[in-house]
Amino acid sequence: MSDGSLAWRQYRLERKMFWRNPTAAFFSFVLPLIFLFLFGAVFSGDQGDLDVLVPGIAGLSVMATTFNALATQMTFLREQGVLKRVRGTPLPGGAYLSGLIGSAATNAVIQILIIIVAGKFFFGLGWPKSWIELAVFSVLGVACFAAMGVAFSHIIPNFEAAPAYTNLVFLPMIFISGVFFDVDNVPTFLRDIANALPLVHVINGISAALVTGAPLAENLSDLAVVAVWTLACVIFAVRGFSWSARA
Amino acid sequence: MPSADPAITVEDLHKFYDQYEAVGGVSFEVAEGEIFGLLGPNGAGKTTTVEILEGYRTSSSGSVSVLGFDPAERPRALRERVGIVLQSSGMYRHVRVREAVAHWAGLYPHPRDVDEVLGIVGLDDAVQAMALVRTLSGGQQRRLDLALALIGDPDLIFLDEPTTGFDPAARRAAWGTIKRLRELGKTVLLTTHYLEEAQQLCDRVAIIKSGKILAEGPPNTLSGASARYRVSWRDENGSPRSAEVDDPTELLHRLTGEAIARGERLADCSVVRPSLEDVYLELTADETSELTADETSEAAQ
Repeated sequence: MSDGSLAWRQYRLERKMFWRNPTAAFFSFVLPLIFLFLFGAVFSGDQGDLDVLVPGIAGLSVMATTFNALATQMTFLREQGVLKRVRGTPLPGGAYLSGLIGSAATNAVIQILIIIVAGKFFFGLGWPKSWIELAVFSVLGVACFAAMGVAFSHIIPNFEAAPAYTNLVFLPMIFISGVFFDVDNVPTFLRDIANALPLVHVINGISAALVTGAPLAENLSDLAVVAVWTLACVIFAVRGFSWSARA
Repeated sequence: MPSADPAITVEDLHKFYDQYEAVGGVSFEVAEGEIFGLLGPNGAGKTTTVEILEGYRTSSSGSVSVLGFDPAERPRALRERVGIVLQSSGMYRHVRVREAVAHWAGLYPHPRDVDEVLGIVGLDDAVQAMALVRTLSGGQQRRLDLALALIGDPDLIFLDEPTTGFDPAARRAAWGTIKRLRELGKTVLLTTHYLEEAQQLCDRVAIIKSGKILAEGPPNTLSGASARYRVSWRDENGSPRSAEVDDPTELLHRLTGEAIARGERLADCSVVRPSLEDVYLELTADETSELTADETSEAAQ
């Protein structure tokens, strides 16, 4: 069987197993929506705030469904010995990881679509101004945070520590990256940190596609930062990969 | 068809973890269709040796060949012909037993029939086959491990302590399954620290301790320093006596002759071939003094 069809088989198994695990499904889908509706209620009546919130929650969702999910999942699979078992089969590592990452990416796409629909019908946004721009930033954001999740799992010592480790990255990043408020209101030093990280640039791109309609050409610097992060994360993800649990 | 080439060749294998030598010059061969046992206490170097053969670890020096391949390069052609039951390895929790075996079947070019394999390992009743993996008992999970190792119809199967933690009944059942692998013509390399298991299953056994092979051979004829006849009897004063000899014929002739001459019976006379257990216990004695070092190596793994 070709590597592509092996990856596809793995992807289908991952999807099946994902829906059988209600906890994972909840954290991937429901939590960002709760954030969206809670903050949406707080900001209701101020379209300017909602225009910031919706792309922000979309960025948060991309990160949660890829970075958080994969960092936790890879740690679990490594610690449980599933990776070691898979390594003993003819399944190529690349095909296996493609199935896993593809499944996480699917969750990100579903989540973005839900948020677009919610933005249109509940939060006064129109349909996206540029689907292409949306697709470009979504795909790059998913690639970046998926690679970051796999790379970060190398740092997490064991499964019990996984939520603490991922939240240590996730929570500060979403707070300073303008998920819930406009980045312009953030102190300069925090803004500088946020600008060095990828999330704010993913959100900028999604915001341009959803809200402002700024063309892709105006967001090339955002694209460049995310691309550099993606490259670095892919290198770390591959380099540090460990198939078995730490002693 | 059995060929002249052995399934596994290990020559002067060494493995160091930092300064500690986990495997210190191990050599053995496993013929095609043979069930070969690596028998030894915990931390003896069994798992390290097997994991080098499985391609999970690389050797420090020496040469190994598995089905004609170098396992360190992990060629796909080799992985397609080998089934591995690790000492402990997890499985997806949210997958059903039959689904898992069917998924694994898709990874191999010429898999066996899913239901046949479930039957071989005894997970073929409808309830078990549909059970989610996370609901299986320890013994059932071990059977699933074996099913996943067999589904690709491998020529060679590694079983690393396949029955550790089993109750006696489950162990008997597992032995029955492993014996069926012989009928299927499979080559099996198994590690165990249960003597009875080695005696029941293996065509040949190597006793390994502190990274070295101390004795090797068929379990019943395993020769070593102590593989001699132990003759016990009571002498004319009624004191117990015993002697170890290579050939008891002459001694027995003398003892019976003397007893007849005295007009007495030769009391409490026995001639015992050392069992695998005796050989094992003698060879692995003074284990306690080295236990600390062995445990260090386990931890390093």
